[in-house]
Amino acid sequence: MTDRRAIEREGYLVVPGFIDLHAHLREPGFEESETIATGAQAALRGGFTTICAMPNTEPAIDSPGLVAEVIARGKAAGAARVLPIATITRGRRGKELADLVELAAAGAVAFSDDGSPVDDARLFRSAVEYARARDLLVIEHPQDQVLSGQGVMNEGAVSAMLGLPGIPNAAEETAVARAILVAGELDARVHLTHISTAGSVDMIRAAKARSIPVSCDVTPHHLALTDDWVAGRRALAWEQGLKGQETADEPPRGVPFDAMTKMNPPLRRLHDVRALWIGLADGTIDAIATDHAPHASIRKDVEFDQAAFGICGLETALPLVLGGIAAGWCDRETALRALTDGPARVLGITPDPDDWVAVDLDATWTATAEALATLGKNTPLLGRELRGRVVAAAVGGEVRYDGGVRGEARTAAR
Amino acid sequence: MTLTKTPAAAALRWARRHVLDIDDWSRAEIEAVLETAGAMVEILGRPVRKAPPLRGKTVILFFAEASTRTRVSFELAAKALSADVTTITSSGSSVEKGETLLDTVRTLQALGGDVVVMRHASSGAPYFVAERSDAPVINAGDGWHAHPTQGLLDAYTLRAALGDLHEKRIVIVGDVLHSRVARSDIHTLVPLGARITLSGPPTLMPLAWRRGELPPCVTYEPDLDRALDGAHGVIALRLQKERQEGGLLPSLREYSHVWGLTASRVARMRPDAPVMHPGPMNEGVEIDAAVAHGARSLVETQVTNGVAVRMALLYLLVGTPLQEERP
Repeated sequence: MTDRRAIEREGYLVVPGFIDLHAHLREPGFEESETIATGAQAALRGGFTTICAMPNTEPAIDSPGLVAEVIARGKAAGAARVLPIATITRGRRGKELADLVELAAAGAVAFSDDGSPVDDARLFRSAVEYARARDLLVIEHPQDQVLSGQGVMNEGAVSAMLGLPGIPNAAEETAVARAILVAGELDARVHLTHISTAGSVDMIRAAKARSIPVSCDVTPHHLALTDDWVAGRRALAWEQGLKGQETADEPPRGVPFDAMTKMNPPLRRLHDVRALWIGLADGTIDAIATDHAPHASIRKDVEFDQAAFGICGLETALPLVLGGIAAGWCDRETALRALTDGPARVLGITPDPDDWVAVDLDATWTATAEALATLGKNTPLLGRELRGRVVAAAVGGEVRYDGGVRGEARTAAR
Repeated sequence: MTLTKTPAAAALRWARRHVLDIDDWSRAEIEAVLETAGAMVEILGRPVRKAPPLRGKTVILFFAEASTRTRVSFELAAKALSADVTTITSSGSSVEKGETLLDTVRTLQALGGDVVVMRHASSGAPYFVAERSDAPVINAGDGWHAHPTQGLLDAYTLRAALGDLHEKRIVIVGDVLHSRVARSDIHTLVPLGARITLSGPPTLMPLAWRRGELPPCVTYEPDLDRALDGAHGVIALRLQKERQEGGLLPSLREYSHVWGLTASRVARMRPDAPVMHPGPMNEGVEIDAAVAHGARSLVETQVTNGVAVRMALLYLLVGTPLQEERP
């Protein structure tokens, strides 16, 4: 494509389009928070040319007709490719299996009850085993809901001070352990989404070393933010803990108890964040997935413990990952692979080589409600200057997002 | 009778707009409140317990969680300073009511009070209101997070009993995990030089604290007898009966045997070391009746001092500086 070459000549980094294994597009049912169209637009601006839509909508995506509808609306949006994920259990109720084979035939690329785990261990095991019928991908949200209880943030020194009920690391790790044991015993694939603790990374690394077929992803915000953000101390992970090298700049301060910092799994401690980067660098973590979770303001503009879990991630993922790269926590090639090849391999798809994005690595921009295309404006990064911007995104060779490229590239892109 | 210069001087040094937590206060700020409270104790000792600094001002008491003691204390404090007082109460979560906290903030804003005193079951709710309100906000207790006026009144009471708190060791025993009082006591007493020993069942301690990641000058000693040995004072926390149902405690009986304040335990402290409790007390559970009403008990003094401390905060936030009276 001429335009692609022209863009490269202008000095932009052109890379394969990113693939997001985990986005909540909220349609049908919660169109005030996001629609398939707005989510797919936001995706392109973030560099994602393919996104997997989580099925925890209303109704939940548990029938072939609904899968077909998501695909149709995704196509109609004319933005990022939208791949539907269907539920593991009918109605996402965790009682009986959905028609996994028929859903796959209708176009579901994976299965997940995300938002919740499949609580019933017997049913979870059965789902993983049944999925072998067509080598289907089960994506598990690892959480023991009894252990997480009424928790609203990471359990640690910060929750102790804020007097907020904590979610222990063990709430995730017991579920990760369960998934690994089931995958190992059945020799069947399980993908663990949004892992957040050092213990999860260790267990998955050990499982992979024993050739157990597990894979996992991590979100950009769990790579960049810590539970300090809930207390209003808003330094990115790589800006923290540099004892003796304190910069003159005070870390940006926000208000404590800001519901924008509430998500599930919760933001963890710096120790966990470092372990996630190590896991990313050594290949334990297969993909970076956004867990883009837009919410209407009415669900976030409330008391912290009453607020919905989740933050938007599509448009801020790249700058956060680039931040960690700039800090030397991972090399660029490995990190970018976790946005491209890694998720493609998890899904078992071959990306279209004409899906590409152009990135201005040095451009800075401020994440504001106006600057974000997602309907959800719920991110703790609002008002923050970010480095790294997607300037163009093409799907199947067609430039579907032009964020203002320069000179020759602009002419060519037209 | 004279008022010292202190209140007016303290007001001049006072720069805070809200009282949400004490975790970021300097020692000087805490002392400004305690000094001012001293002057308020004097007003409360007069035959006519009334002073004019809040004349024409409206104090809104917004209590979204059941409370009688703290609400009445604030009400008496506001009235002693000649303020008008309006009370808004509600209970249950805003979601259940169909009225959000944001709706309530807009209502408070429209009512136009000069200061909002709020109690809320959600930790951090006062920050939410303060962000969106023109009026200063005083946190009268939010979830498990903070109860600044309790921390200040406990500091006032301990200082009156012990003098300088430098290197004085105060034991806080009970359900620290769910206690806004414990957190605010730590934030108030530590800057004044005190050392805190926490005691109580491990299930009722924040995990990070139990594992040694404690705030400065705070330690955890599960054995109450050892915690009390040679201590300068003790604050017992109220034990909610639900903790047993939540699987955090075997029984109230076992709790009172192991962590209840008995006369023999209290005797392990230094002579005359005071016994305090934020109230209301479960006598026979966290504290024996003989201790609750014994010679060392300052529980009633705490209640009296609570009014003075709340007067001090109202005065510092919105009061017209007191004139010094001529003898």
